[in-house]
Order: sequence, then C-alpha cells, then structure tokens
Amino acid sequence: MSQQIWDWNYAFAILPLLLEGLGLTLVATVLGSIVAMVLGLVLAVLQRGPRPLAVVVRGFVELVRSTPLLVQIFFLYFVLPQFGIVLSALTVGVIALGVHYACYTSEVYRAGIDAVPRGQWEAATALSLPRSRVWTGVVLPQAVPRVVPALGNYVISMFKEVPLLTAIGLLDVVGRAQEAGDTYFRYVEPYTIAGLLFLLLSYPASLLVRRLERRVGTI
Amino acid sequence: MIVFDGVEKRFGDNVVLSDLDFTVAPGEHVTLIGPSGSGKTTILRLLMSLEAVNAGTITVAGRYLSHMEKGGKLVPADEKHSREVRKHIGMVFQQFNLFPNMTVRGNLIEAPTRVLGLSKDEANARAEELLDLVGLREKIDEHPSRLSGGQQQRVAIARALAMRPDVLLLDEVTSALDPELVAGVLALLRDIGETTDITILCVTHEMGFARDFSHRVMMFDGGQVIEDAPPQRLFSAPEHPRTKEFLKAVLERG
Repeated sequence: MSQQIWDWNYAFAILPLLLEGLGLTLVATVLGSIVAMVLGLVLAVLQRGPRPLAVVVRGFVELVRSTPLLVQIFFLYFVLPQFGIVLSALTVGVIALGVHYACYTSEVYRAGIDAVPRGQWEAATALSLPRSRVWTGVVLPQAVPRVVPALGNYVISMFKEVPLLTAIGLLDVVGRAQEAGDTYFRYVEPYTIAGLLFLLLSYPASLLVRRLERRVGTI
Repeated sequence: MIVFDGVEKRFGDNVVLSDLDFTVAPGEHVTLIGPSGSGKTTILRLLMSLEAVNAGTITVAGRYLSHMEKGGKLVPADEKHSREVRKHIGMVFQQFNLFPNMTVRGNLIEAPTRVLGLSKDEANARAEELLDLVGLREKIDEHPSRLSGGQQQRVAIARALAMRPDVLLLDEVTSALDPELVAGVLALLRDIGETTDITILCVTHEMGFARDFSHRVMMFDGGQVIEDAPPQRLFSAPEHPRTKEFLKAVLERG
C-alpha cells in the first residue's frame, strides 16, 4: 500500500463493513430510544406518585445521572455475569443506553407535565375522572407533544454515544473502523468515514428537531 | 343539602376559615361575597375536595365529604370515597379549564362515559342537548381554542351539567371574561337557576346577578360569615359595618 494520506481504494474496500457497523449502531439507537422514551415516561409519572415510591425513583434517577454511562455499561457487562446474568453486548448496550437516557428523558417529561396548568388537574378532579384517566386522557396528551423536540435531541445524543459500546466489543460503525485500522494499519480512512457517517445522519436529524421545535414551541 | 360544621382551613400559619358553620338547603342558590382573601373560593374548593379541611366536617346530601365512617369512627376520606361524593358536585372555574386536547364533544362526554358509565350514544345525546341549552350546538366538533372566552365558559357549564350534579359550584365564572361576554353567561346561569332544582353556590363580584339570582347572600370576612340574609335585605339595608364598607367599595368600582 502506498503512503499517500488518503487511499480511495482502501476507503471503498472497507465501506461495506462500516455500513454494516452503522446498521448495528442504528439498531442500538432505535431500541435504546424506545426503552428511554417508555421508561422515562414511567419514571416521570412515578415521581408524581405516592411519596415513598417517588423518593426511591428520584434516588434512582440521580444515581444514574451522576455516574458515567461507560461505568454502567461495564457494570452490566462485567459485573452481572458474577451473579449469573450474562447478556450480549447489544443487549447490554440497549439496556444501558435506554436506562441512562430514560433518566434524562424523565426530566424532560417532568417539565412537560409541570407545564400543564393546575386548572387542568382540578377540572379533571371536579369531574371525578379516575387518576389513570387524568394521566392518559388529560395530562399526557398535553404534556408529551410539547417535549417531542427535546426528546429528539436525546435520541441524537444517544446515537453519538453508541460507540462507547466498542469497549465491550460491539462492532458498531466505530468498532468496525477500529477493526479495519488494526488489520491494515491505516486509520485515517476508517475513522474519517465513521465520523462522516455520524455527521451525515446527526446533522439532518438536528435540523429536523429544530423545525419541530419551531412548530410546537419550546417549554 | 350542604352542612359546614366547625370547619377550619389553614394554609401554613394562615388561617383562612375558622370555626365556620353554615347550612344550604336543597335547591337553594347561595352567593358568597366578600373581599378577596376572605375564604369564599376556599369554601368551593373544600366542597370540590380540591382542598382538605384541617378541622370540622362537611356533609353533602347527608354524606361526609372530607371524612368517612369506618368502624364507627370518622377518618379522613380516601380517594374512592371522595370520588363517590364528588360525582354529585359540579364545578365551573374562573379560567374555564376545558381540556384543550379534546373537542367540545370530547369535553362533554369524557366524564359521563368514564365515570357514570353512559354509553357513547347516551353521552352524545346528552352533550347535544346541553349544547342546545347553552346555544353552542354548532361548535360541537371544534376545539376549545377556537372558541371565545364566553363560549368556552358556556361549554364548561355544559360540561359540569353533563354529570347531572345535585350541587353546582360557580367560582367567579365571569371574572376572566371580556365585559361584553359576561351578560350571555349570566343569562345562561339565570336560565339554569330557573329551570332546574340544582343547589348552587356561587362566588361572584357581579352584584346585580347576585341580587336577582340568589335566595341568600353570605358576606364573608376574615374566614367568618359576618352577615347572612336574602339579597334584597342585604343589598338595600346591610347591617354589619364591614358589609356596608364592602358594598360601597364594590358599587363605586362597578
């Protein structure tokens, strides 16, 4: 191989592998986002629940937010097997990203819930609506649409954090780049392409979020 | 119909109502007047169990509202008991508080179907009938944001009536409205007062309305009823100096 800075032949040769890795990155992002959206909503609602439960949930959210995602990934991947729980790298990734981001999205949901006027709760109470219906029929339909852009931003952040999973051997796009580099001792092309692939997806996504923001107004 | 017995309500150190006793007969229309902070709205909020009493008891139609009987003793009411008693009480708020995520129809059929167990058809028929009453039948599929304040308040009144309440609480229902929209809402309330036998408790600054709508007017000051009389008597010949002062101030402003 010649010593030019950029080798197009090499770049094209490794592209299919990198795209395969990108597919895995997207799978981890989508599954992690689903966990984060659903669990975050549950955590937010529970924090409005009976006091002891709310305190426990609050404590959990603070714990997760105050520790690095990488430590959480390592804990799930290397510590849990000591207790007989062995999970694949992708499963660990989805759980770690999902739970970690759920603790952030729960704050977003909470802000959305807090922004629903008190009068709405009172009107629902005055009509004797059951608590569950107050949530599903009155509060969440008003709270959630307003926070969709903020949630979108967290999906984009999560997408860019998937490469942390290379630390436990997940062959996402950066994992594949690392593999190619280690095999051919050329790192410029694989990491550049990996970076460009992220840019190519993140940037349009953030433009989309900004358009959404303008439509729903921020809270 | 409604009995307050030794009711006390505090917010922190601030005593809003102290040792309050009064009774409202079935079908009676009672207006609460008094300076702001005198505890009028708190009474409505206690009746709607949006607040809990600190001492004393409230009964509605012979049932404890803030308490329930358990093993021969009075204990604070749980959520289920509160909801059961609340079903018979409707409330209309100053800020309307319609659900913006639902159409007018959705607002009107939500509680009848979910709480009273009416079928969709029954609830719809009731909604249409009530919208006829409030003169907004053609708005049934609009969202509240498309209605004027006066129209929203009329829908809110219809929403409260859709539960067929025995008691209706009106909390300064015209205070947030533009002046030209007030008359329509008051006319509707007069109509409801004449055509139904609902017991109505009303907090208002509309003294003209209070005079011809109520059977009784209670003047509040410092968490106490200081004067309780038929409107003709109370407005033309107030006895308590605080009542005189208050009416003078209100009439000058109006």
